[in-house]
Amino acid sequence: MQNKKERQKEQILRMSGVNPRKCMRCGKCSGTCPSYDEMEYHPHQFVYMVENGDLEALMKSDSIYKCLSCFACVDRCPRGVEPAKLVEAMRLMVIREKGANHLTPGDIPALLDEEMPQQAIMSALRKYSK
Amino acid sequence: MKVSYFPGCTLRTKAKQLDRYARKCAEALGIELCEVQDWQCCGGAFISARDEVASKLASVRALIAARDAQQPLCTVCSACHNVIKQTNHAMQTDGEFAAKVNAYMAQDKQPSAPYCGETQVYHYLELLRDAVGFDQLKAAVKHPLTGRKIAAYYGCMLLRPGKVLQFDDVENPQIMEDFLRALGAEPVVFPQRNECCGGYVALEDAASAKKKSNAVSASAASHGAELMVTACPLCKYNLVKNGSEVPAIYFTELLAEALGVKEEEDAE
Repeated sequence: MQNKKERQKEQILRMSGVNPRKCMRCGKCSGTCPSYDEMEYHPHQFVYMVENGDLEALMKSDSIYKCLSCFACVDRCPRGVEPAKLVEAMRLMVIREKGANHLTPGDIPALLDEEMPQQAIMSALRKYSK
Repeated sequence: MKVSYFPGCTLRTKAKQLDRYARKCAEALGIELCEVQDWQCCGGAFISARDEVASKLASVRALIAARDAQQPLCTVCSACHNVIKQTNHAMQTDGEFAAKVNAYMAQDKQPSAPYCGETQVYHYLELLRDAVGFDQLKAAVKHPLTGRKIAAYYGCMLLRPGKVLQFDDVENPQIMEDFLRALGAEPVVFPQRNECCGGYVALEDAASAKKKSNAVSASAASHGAELMVTACPLCKYNLVKNGSEVPAIYFTELLAEALGVKEEEDAE
């Protein structure tokens, strides 16, 4: 019987479709990440931490909410690893738990200004809540 | 030419100029934009997880409406373009995902035939390039923007992921520069043109978005741009909100100016 850690890793790989073993640790994903400075764990670390089954630290880290889904790491990876998809799968695994939404509709009014486009609200809700 | 048109939520509210000028210019160029009936918001961001199904149904409904009208589907907003194209690609390439989507769709009150990605999706700029042609566009220009140095800001969502969107070369795109040339302007190529403005993080971390959008505007300014054009309401918001030294407007506004329909539209 698999332990929880193995099950979670399998789920992350299935959701994301990513094969972390393709990574050669060149670091280009982190080098090009616009949120690098705000992240505790960087895109290349997501890849090898998932590979090692080191998921708990990632799930607890705010880094999963710092990804902008700009896909720079996806298009610039020389090995086609697509790290952003791993970050997304990690975040979904967290927020799909009951009561674990990172952002709720009730939080929105306080964050708005007159010009804020609906697109920002929709995107953030879709990324941060279930 | 008749094209199904998906305006999207922001074009009805904070980005009305993007929509209004797009419609007016299409009319001037002989394209009939037929708004998809009862369209629903695309969600603004595509969720890449394969097991995320329900949030993609709105895009599929728009794709089905276009297929049933035997028309390609056109968007103007970068985000709608990104979400709908990625959803279409998933419908074409991921059978398990498509089967789940079609199982949902079969429960609609008036279900259509199962969908497997048949609709051709165009961003408005692609329509100008591929259906109108930039030479034809150039010929239709009434007020050429001669001598104006204008920078095209692509951001992320027009271009990436490149192999899915097939919009242009992800690192050296040309389509917006060609567009600017057709209008008679002098395109300004700048290093940050395909980097992220900060996107939706603006909502919960304004400082982070400021850092990213300031890098974009500083890069455009240092390369001599007097104006930036974008197709994305969120890029425009982040740039303007964070005090871009280079003014940012929608590409459709510039198009309307060059085609000589801007004043007419503004008066309506």
